[in-house]
Amino acid sequence: MQAVEKTGRTVEEAVELGLSELGVAREEAEIEVIEQPSKGLLGLLGSRPAKVRITVKNSPSRRAREFLNSILKALNLTANMVITEKDQTISVDLEGEKLGILIGRRGETLDALQYLMNLSVNKNQENRKKLVLDIEGYRQRREETLKKLAHKLADKARQRGRSVVLEPMNSLERRIIHTALQGNEDITTFSEGEEPYRKIIITPKR
Amino acid sequence: MKELVEILAKALVDNPDRVRVNMIEKDKSCIIELRVDPEDMGKVIGKQGRIARAIRTVVKAAATKSNKKVVVEII
Repeated sequence: MQAVEKTGRTVEEAVELGLSELGVAREEAEIEVIEQPSKGLLGLLGSRPAKVRITVKNSPSRRAREFLNSILKALNLTANMVITEKDQTISVDLEGEKLGILIGRRGETLDALQYLMNLSVNKNQENRKKLVLDIEGYRQRREETLKKLAHKLADKARQRGRSVVLEPMNSLERRIIHTALQGNEDITTFSEGEEPYRKIIITPKR
Repeated sequence: MKELVEILAKALVDNPDRVRVNMIEKDKSCIIELRVDPEDMGKVIGKQGRIARAIRTVVKAAATKSNKKVVVEII
């Protein structure tokens, strides 16, 4: 396991130095204070710097970061990575230039990458985490687009009094649409067909 | 591209040192051959080839930059 020992005027300074050398975020490291700083006499005599030991934890978020970093490197891409952990879900957000190729058509590449990242990070682990990958806020934007689309097509179904068939979508996207239209009394939604061509149908109730 | 397949495969298998990747380049296409330990075959193919499909999707995305058609074969 990677570890460094650092000194600094304050504990904070030493920690910062160590984290930047290891290239990890604070949540991914174990910090141990070896020596508290002391000012010494009149700030001159016998002053002692702070000393800390920083160890990189082999956490799922650490593995996720390493997995994505190696892929970005192989593709000659650079990105800013923000990882947030909440309960059993780890969200990874990438921001940077030219990351569009990692999103792909309708998020196809993004989903593939997310799937592979889940497999890799949870490999041989008892406690499985759910990893969600987003690039440049794509998922958020896509969700909004789908909600708008859902309402628009629901109106169309009402006006025409006929069913409207949507294009094939994956389960996550279908869920967004079902949820968006759930509260409507005059229409129903259901899915039809086999993966990966399963699609939603919006029908007016009569 | 070859490196990418290697990284992905090694991240998925139990025996990363048994991963072998070979690239055959042609004019407008290239074939990437992936070999893994027989025990790890399932880890790069997956149910209904789902993992293999995901690997191909990512590699295809990477290949758009080079304007080449890339075929990933698992042997």
